[in-house]
Amino acid sequence: MESNTYNISVFTENSVGMLNRITIIFTRRNINIESITASESEIEGIHRYTIVVNEPKETVRKVISQIEKQIDVVKAFYHSDDEVVYQEIALYKLPTIALASGGDAERIVRAHHARILTIESEFTILEKTGYPDEIKELFTELKPFGLLEFVRSGRVAISKPMKTLEEHIEDMNNEKIIL
Amino acid sequence: MSQITGSEAVIKSLVAEGVHTIFGYPGGAIMPIYDALYDYKEEVNHILVRHEQGAIHAAQGFARTSETCGVCFATSGPGATNLITGLADAMIDSTPVVCITGQVASHLLGTDAFQETDVIGISMPVTKWNVQVKRAEDIPAALAKAFFIARSGRPGPVLVDITKDAQFGMMDFNYEACKDIRSYFPNPVMDTTKIDDAAALLNTAKKPYLLVGQGITLANAEQELLDFAEKSGIPVASTLLGLGAFPPNHPLYVGYLGMHGNYAPNILTNEADVILAVGMRFDDRVTGDVSRYAKQAKIIHIDIDFAELNKIVTNEVSIHADAKEALALLTTKVDKRTHESWIQEFRDAEKLEVEAVIEDAIHPKHDRLQMAEVVNMLSEKTNGQAIVVTDVGQHQMVTSRYYQYKAQNTNITSGGLGTMGFALPAAIGAKLGNPSKTVVAIIGDGGFQMTIQELGTILQFKIDVKILILNNNFLGMVRQWQELFFEKRYSFTDIVNPNFTQIAKGYDIEAKKIDQRVELSEALDAMLSSKAAYLLEVVVEQEENVFPMVATGASVSEIRLK
Repeated sequence: MESNTYNISVFTENSVGMLNRITIIFTRRNINIESITASESEIEGIHRYTIVVNEPKETVRKVISQIEKQIDVVKAFYHSDDEVVYQEIALYKLPTIALASGGDAERIVRAHHARILTIESEFTILEKTGYPDEIKELFTELKPFGLLEFVRSGRVAISKPMKTLEEHIEDMNNEKIIL
Repeated sequence: MSQITGSEAVIKSLVAEGVHTIFGYPGGAIMPIYDALYDYKEEVNHILVRHEQGAIHAAQGFARTSETCGVCFATSGPGATNLITGLADAMIDSTPVVCITGQVASHLLGTDAFQETDVIGISMPVTKWNVQVKRAEDIPAALAKAFFIARSGRPGPVLVDITKDAQFGMMDFNYEACKDIRSYFPNPVMDTTKIDDAAALLNTAKKPYLLVGQGITLANAEQELLDFAEKSGIPVASTLLGLGAFPPNHPLYVGYLGMHGNYAPNILTNEADVILAVGMRFDDRVTGDVSRYAKQAKIIHIDIDFAELNKIVTNEVSIHADAKEALALLTTKVDKRTHESWIQEFRDAEKLEVEAVIEDAIHPKHDRLQMAEVVNMLSEKTNGQAIVVTDVGQHQMVTSRYYQYKAQNTNITSGGLGTMGFALPAAIGAKLGNPSKTVVAIIGDGGFQMTIQELGTILQFKIDVKILILNNNFLGMVRQWQELFFEKRYSFTDIVNPNFTQIAKGYDIEAKKIDQRVELSEALDAMLSSKAAYLLEVVVEQEENVFPMVATGASVSEIRLK
């Protein structure tokens, strides 16, 4: 079966251990998580995980069912790259002196739409948001300046379909049977 | 209202949930709860086991035979880790169990304190839900949630870990049963159009076939299954855990599925044109090589667990529903039909098995006793009404083949996990849940020694469990595989056994050992008519193989008769 990149969004209660409960479902099947981010969603008290994996669609579908089965999971979705808009953020720490003496710094910052977050006497921090390959390109260009530190976030992704999480929850609750 | 301790709240919550029996073992971190239990000896019967694994298997046996939740107590650290095998077993076999573990005081969490272990982390993959409680006031709500989750939807084990300071803490007790959790949807809304789709397929099928599993038992859908089968005329086959869900002597019953199941139901799986699977999960022991499993058939799958649908096989119609509700509606939609020539195919195939295997197994010409004749005779003597608890291995497969489970909730075995050592403690739990029924634990000589210490529990609480050891002085199932697939290289499967009857006598349990056919009937009678626990050791043929067999990697249509 052919593997593809899938963006998995999981919405859960904000309870201790949820991240572990979700990740063990991937571990069980020996699936490597390419990136994972978590934070509160647009609904208070509900957390959103964005998980990126490279797997066949069938496998991802089964994983989603097993994630949704967890008691504290409200809903889980998966989307291919063309069904989402996604972004990553990266920070680059460079010696200020190298940037100041190089001459090419301005061109690089402009060409890559990078932002300067801070300039200290010893170091400067640049920020870049974009796709992983755009972040990588800037990384390559900055390397000769003596890059001191580099960090890239996991992916955040928002799906293109218009149905909101609240509408999904409403649909689910309209059908809910409480014995 | 005066305040009570968190520990007393634990006991009062259990009483509020209708719990009368607890299996457990005390220790440092759960001592406050045991201290509270001391005042509730009239309301709650605590069974002191000899190992925490025994506690959880007993709770499983209790739950599976009495249709309630099993409950067990264990202390932190090793007490909690000893529960893990049972949790995994209960998880894969969908058994409602609530485990309460003591934990070190909350200020010690994460400090490698004495008997501290991350039981929440360790038990996560093998629990339906777990939670750690660090405040006394949170105890009732956590337990209410635990019982609701364990019992509802597809049942399963839950674990509530309570820190020692929460057990000592004071709180106002108020218990409210949990009826809903916002992110949890245990009662699926059945899509009735899918029932119509299923009925349409079944009504035009030439060779429809019904596969049933434990979901029938868990949904109490035995009557609905019988009504459906009798109206539709579809032949019924059962998985290991489904045995007992459909009368084994019914004309529509065609046998037991899987690796050591019957010949006809396996081989004809690849002949059916429409398969209706209810409350079963297409385990690899049922399907054999899944790429050659029922490829010709359109599959209709009814299950309460959405994650089971399209997990192993691809369905034509998936029905996410409670088995009872789905079968009841489906019965109204199917035509009344008979499938005489199709059922005749099963009977013809069955005849081959009777001639090649069964006749010889139950009326053997060998000198040594055969497992099958022992089980067959037990089945006749108990009229298939006993609760029969099995361990794992050859004796388990033989029992599932030759014991005619005619009553509901009487077939107790470790199916999905295959846990050796399950039977003895599970039988203890089954007997406590069903004091008026005969409970027979059929165990191999290997598995018996994995939880043999529970004889002490039987001694202390005078539990009337009949223990039938089928002793071949081998780890028989592994030996069988070594014979068939590893050139008879019997690597560490010959086992030197102790004197089982002497051990039983040490525990004040009446015991007898036989090795002759002429002794069998009388020995079984003595065991069954005894008024207390009894151990009967039957020495059987050493190198007997269980057939038929679908070898690993083979298709169900390649089932071997020898």
